[in-house]
Amino acid sequence: MNFYGVKAIYNFEMSRMRRTLMQSVLSPVISTCLYFVVFGSAIGSRMGNIDNIEYAAYIIPGLVMLSLLMQSISNASFGIYMPKFSGTIYEVLSAPVSYVEVVLGYVGAAATKSVILGLIILATARLFVDYSVLHPFWMLSFLILTAVTFSMFGFIIGIWADGFEKLQIVPMMIVTPLTFLGGTFYSIDMLPEIWQTISLFNPVVYLISGFRWAFYGVSDVHVGISVGMTLLFLLACMSGIWWIFKTGYRLRT
Amino acid sequence: MQPDISVKNLNKVYEGGFQALKNINLDINRGEIFALLGPNGAGKTTMISIICGITNLSSGEVRAAGHDIVKDYRKARGSIGLVPQELNTDSFETVWNAVSFSRGLFGKAPNPAHIEKVLRDLSLWEKRNNRIMTLSGGMKRRLMIAKALSHEPRILFLDEPTAGVDVELRRDMWEMVRKLREDGVTIILTTHYIEEAEEMADRIGVIRQGEIILVEDKDQLMSKLGKKELRLHLQNKLDKVPGELILEPVELSEDGYELIYTFDSQQEQAGVARLLRTLGDIGIEYRDLRTRESSLEEIFVGLVHEQAAG
Repeated sequence: MNFYGVKAIYNFEMSRMRRTLMQSVLSPVISTCLYFVVFGSAIGSRMGNIDNIEYAAYIIPGLVMLSLLMQSISNASFGIYMPKFSGTIYEVLSAPVSYVEVVLGYVGAAATKSVILGLIILATARLFVDYSVLHPFWMLSFLILTAVTFSMFGFIIGIWADGFEKLQIVPMMIVTPLTFLGGTFYSIDMLPEIWQTISLFNPVVYLISGFRWAFYGVSDVHVGISVGMTLLFLLACMSGIWWIFKTGYRLRT
Repeated sequence: MQPDISVKNLNKVYEGGFQALKNINLDINRGEIFALLGPNGAGKTTMISIICGITNLSSGEVRAAGHDIVKDYRKARGSIGLVPQELNTDSFETVWNAVSFSRGLFGKAPNPAHIEKVLRDLSLWEKRNNRIMTLSGGMKRRLMIAKALSHEPRILFLDEPTAGVDVELRRDMWEMVRKLREDGVTIILTTHYIEEAEEMADRIGVIRQGEIILVEDKDQLMSKLGKKELRLHLQNKLDKVPGELILEPVELSEDGYELIYTFDSQQEQAGVARLLRTLGDIGIEYRDLRTRESSLEEIFVGLVHEQAAG
């Protein structure tokens, strides 16, 4: 195991986060706070409770998950895309590091950033909304598992992308709509039956549902299914990365 | 002694079917400076990229410091430092962080004393806290070398290291390369400046259209393929080459005041003596004479053109 290699990549990526604090941390925190203010405090006060939970508190897990997904993908995809773009990837490719170590460095850093961000958002939410966490261990576990899984997904996007536009396409065109339609602002039980069935094909439903269960003990689908689906997606991402390094796809000619 | 780089039957065929390397066999010895010459697109960078792990090989076997670059890639890559052709750097990082990153990436524990030595040797110490984007082109080139030396490699690849740098810096780099060789580092150099190879290399390899067409000790190459030229500045103008010299490789300059005699380096003694004797016999007087040896560049151009024609 090239411990120093993993540490070098990890520290390099974390230092990038420190350099771009405004963009990496403040910007998503402010955006999410605006959701809390608008949908929580302003509109939320006129909405009824869902599953006996105040609306402003109900949307917190979904909003944290929205930021977590977007930031995990963005951090990891930029992390690996930038060396490709600037040409410094030659150094990683010529170094005595295995692909597992490369992934540990890049994905580990991206996931760490996302988890830190998620926790900051949760702490900030407390300023606007009164909420509780029923299962803190599971809340943290979901947070970490989701950050790692979507950082891996972001890593794949970063390898696949051959331009800045492609880096944005998946998060903006696919992940954001899936998150909005995945129960961030409502319970899928509130939808007509046909849309409930369609929603079950949306993987984000399982993430938000499981995360919300960790907060309030209520969920759209059983928490075991949520964990299973997240692990399944993690496995799919790991397989994708294994294939990328095995074939050298868009890395080695 | 086991070579530091051993390439056996190496082939590289790209996806589109283009064969960049054709059955390359090459050994590079420990502690030598090996210059790999070839025209653009000859396959120099492809070969270096394969040895360093950036490009996959299609077939064949490559060993670096005795380790197979595929099966034992950690040890093989750990022994290599690479200075690529392009100035690829992370503009926002500081010089110190960039060099430290490279050392860590290659699995070495932090060693600030070594990083300091490398930066001082390359005159980058004063710039250690500067962001890379603020460095000049020459300094960036030095930084690339510092990064490659950060993990104390025993083999160093320099892919056109002095491209675009000024004469003074080029001389500094040559000096640094010589010092590295004295420390036992094996150096593989590709360059378009033949003068650079002539100045530094112990052995020369010439690659053309993916094939190694020659590997030779530099001095032997110069002596074997090099030509010498003797120019005799005449007292009186001649209209044509005298009949007594018609069988000799002698030409007359356009103004008629110079006789130019070209000969192989190895045959100089007999030919020059015969020429001067003949001139004395037929009464042609000369005021001055000078000799000139062909450069490696002329040998290289001759070789490449010869192969192309053949």
